[in-house]
Amino acid sequence: MPAEPLLEVSGLTVSFRTEDGLVEAVRGISFAIAPGEIMGLVGESGSGKSQTLLALMGLITSPNAVLSGSVRFRGQELVGLGRRALDRIRGRDMAMIFQDPMTALTPVHTVGAQIVEQIRAHERISPRAARARAVELISAVGIPAPADVAGRYPHQLSGGMRQRAVIAMALSCNPALLIADEPTTALDVTVQAQILELIGRLRDEFGSAVILVTHDLGVVAEIADTVRVMYAGKVVEEGSKRDLFTAPQHPYAWGLFASIPPLEGARPARLSAIPGTPPRLSALPAGCAFRPRCAHAHAACAAMPALTGEGGHRAACVLSPARRAELLAAGEARS
Amino acid sequence: MLFALLARLGQMVLVMFGISVVAFLIFFATPGADPSARIAGRNASQETLQQVRHDFGLDRPLPVQYALMMKRLFVTRDLTSFVNRGQKVIPTVMNAIPITLSLVCGAAVLWVLGGLVVGVVAGATRGSYVDRGLMMLGLAGISMPVFWLGEVANLVTQSRWHDTWAFSWVPALGYVPLSVDPWGWFKALVIPWTVLATLYVGLYGRVLRASLIEMMQEDFIRTARAKGIGETRVLLHHGLRTSLVAFVTMFGLDFGALVGGGALLTEVVFGLQGVGKLTYDALQTLDLPMILATVIYASFFVVMANFVVDILHAILDPRARDAR
Amino acid sequence: MTATPLLRATELSKTYRVGRALLPARRRAVQAVSEVSLEVMPGETLGIVGESGCGKSSLGRCLMKLQDITSGTLEFEGRDITRASAARMRPLRREMQMVFQDPAASLNPRRRVGDLLSDPFRIHAACDRAEIPDRVAALLRRVDLLPEHAMRFPHEFSGGQKQRIGIARALALRPKLVVADEPVSALDVSIQAQIVNLLADLREELGLTYVFIAHDLSVVRQISNRVAVMYLGSVVETGPVDRVFSAPRHPYTAALRSAVPVPKLDVPRPARTILSGDLPSPLNPPPGCRFHTRCPRATALCRAERPALLPDGQGGALACHHPLEA
Repeated sequence: MPAEPLLEVSGLTVSFRTEDGLVEAVRGISFAIAPGEIMGLVGESGSGKSQTLLALMGLITSPNAVLSGSVRFRGQELVGLGRRALDRIRGRDMAMIFQDPMTALTPVHTVGAQIVEQIRAHERISPRAARARAVELISAVGIPAPADVAGRYPHQLSGGMRQRAVIAMALSCNPALLIADEPTTALDVTVQAQILELIGRLRDEFGSAVILVTHDLGVVAEIADTVRVMYAGKVVEEGSKRDLFTAPQHPYAWGLFASIPPLEGARPARLSAIPGTPPRLSALPAGCAFRPRCAHAHAACAAMPALTGEGGHRAACVLSPARRAELLAAGEARS
Repeated sequence: MLFALLARLGQMVLVMFGISVVAFLIFFATPGADPSARIAGRNASQETLQQVRHDFGLDRPLPVQYALMMKRLFVTRDLTSFVNRGQKVIPTVMNAIPITLSLVCGAAVLWVLGGLVVGVVAGATRGSYVDRGLMMLGLAGISMPVFWLGEVANLVTQSRWHDTWAFSWVPALGYVPLSVDPWGWFKALVIPWTVLATLYVGLYGRVLRASLIEMMQEDFIRTARAKGIGETRVLLHHGLRTSLVAFVTMFGLDFGALVGGGALLTEVVFGLQGVGKLTYDALQTLDLPMILATVIYASFFVVMANFVVDILHAILDPRARDAR
Repeated sequence: MTATPLLRATELSKTYRVGRALLPARRRAVQAVSEVSLEVMPGETLGIVGESGCGKSSLGRCLMKLQDITSGTLEFEGRDITRASAARMRPLRREMQMVFQDPAASLNPRRRVGDLLSDPFRIHAACDRAEIPDRVAALLRRVDLLPEHAMRFPHEFSGGQKQRIGIARALALRPKLVVADEPVSALDVSIQAQIVNLLADLREELGLTYVFIAHDLSVVRQISNRVAVMYLGSVVETGPVDRVFSAPRHPYTAALRSAVPVPKLDVPRPARTILSGDLPSPLNPPPGCRFHTRCPRATALCRAERPALLPDGQGGALACHHPLEA
């Protein structure tokens, strides 16, 4: 572990003023990422994972949003940073890939022009040179006939091609941190495999750190170094991929693993689904938000447990480590 | 692409043919609307009626009548008015066209620029006092009937304060040809332009604001912001650029309709002998040849405007280009 | 097998005309479903998997007769219904029902759930009017909702609950066959598992037969007995679900299978074949075997001749000139 983290988030809270009062979508999360690290951020819809990413990029523009806490990128505080200063960092040092490649590109400009625009926003470079760079990038993400594709409009490309174009754009200034919000969810598995391989290769070649938001634990197993599991706006478990996949500690993580039907071996007669539905953010239960769905909830869960644990593997659960180990051994999480 | 263009032109001709047939049938073949009676005058004898019928070919079968009418409209161009005997229809319309075009084009420049500024400023400052103020002004502009606003303008500039320094430059009502006196042309039209554009500035400003606000919620705007380009560029190069498609479509249709005679009220109020005024007078006296000519002229502009809108649409939106 | 299949499709094709040419004949044809033959036996669940654009949803709608069939035949309980009129289909609608991917879009937002669920009883005059509320309450309980939910509007429910309502509506008249088109793909993992369990329970209780269309292999494996893999409108491989996914014989099935990321560490993974390129346009499908443009095993034969779907001798069928070893 290098001493200096690339990105350090502490106590980040994102809330929205609504008719029901202040609704917290992200409730004080903290984490750090080292250069070159791929962090998987796992959670279901409404867990706050996408809002976390948008907050990191300064992309929460709603006038009703309230942001607090701190996001330090290479030591510089991003929360509350002015638009100009922010624009010097995002797109250049931090770049983002979005979930839906179908809507992520401006429909009336060519793919090449959109990449050129980003390059020229950050570097003094001639249009011709920027264009050449754009074509190179398009080729680097594995698109055949890159010069031709650069001159095409987004709607003329398939979903996989568009997502590659979005990735090429994100990479155009060699960002130190790549933030990817469900980059493969809208794509077919065979294309997903190509994109994941591409992201992995980029880390190896350029040393970019990656935050990868996904709901798919398979994707995490494939590519991540570290994992954070979010539930109702909080990180409930964090650790290395190995920690999390071999000995998950939080009952929600157990539930997630058990919910996934296996692709090989014996088929269970029933999946052990997590009962109930994720809580609405406007009506969160007091204490541990997972309590109403948790098979092991008891009185102590009325107070929100802190993240505790050893060696970087920490979970926010009141169950004692011994009890968790017992439950795990009893097959709570068939991972 | 060339083929598509030709096909489109063919369609236009078909549409105009259809309109001319419908207009012809409405005015010449509606039961009870005997054109010969109108031509011959109120107390004409049966013989006179017969004579008129024969002279104008109104005793021939309908298709022949239509063909004759079209021939006199487009080929020999000697169709004369039923009301003012001897007044040839085509030259009259031709004289009215520059007046209407001058009025509508000038107003269009004003309302497009005004609409763009109002829409973009209001959209960018959404929810602020600037936005609310502009939207209120826009609503006021839309709500004021053009004939009322025109009369008020006339009252102010022609009589009440005409002798003050502010409006002494305003010429008397009427049209000054551009080729004769460009400065006079401008002075004669600047107030009609402003009056006609007022409604449309409000309308276009509001529509553009709504479309811009909607576009600014799109995913690609978020992508653009994430690229680290300034907000002005995001707004203009991504937001406005994609909003323009709806704006241009609307503009083309309104422009076509106005040139086709829709600026009638403005023309009447400001004493401009344009196509709208011509149509209005022809309808008052049921001057069938004149009505037919102006209807066909109007349909030509509406159809043309549609055609131009389609081309602009294809230029502005690459998706429309591939859809054909 | 001697029993009559509940549903049998023989060389079923569905062609759409696209484009804006004035004459229909000048429009381009897209063959969304191309000569698909399959059988669904009573009580079994047939999974249909494939990527977007492979024609699986079109096939589902053809099997339900929700759209016209271009060619081929479709039989339900041995009766040919390929060209059946809407009037003739009407009694059959009680027997075959559909569950859609997006429950929010398939439930009228302005009507209460109770009204939505009483429609099937009313339309088919399936019971006394007075009985309807009780039937609706029973339906809601059956899908693990509460009878008082009948008074609410669809938007008051979460995605998972909406899908339960969609399932309840499909099951109202006790159909024999349910075609489910991506019923869980819009749901979160934990909710997905609940719905899969519910569908499995209902199958046991009501003796249902499912055609389960999905892109997620593990969900299909969980619920199906047999599976058909589709690529660009054609079925390329069918067979018992465990066999097809553990030892695929068609190179496309193998590639699809190996591309799925498995949420486990240190498991021996099947060697991954990353397919190059994208799906060819269905407007212009490649000649010969439709998969040859992306297939690692393609030869001149594949480019020239389209392989037929032939029985593989193990209860399945395969359309490949160069299958993987069994």
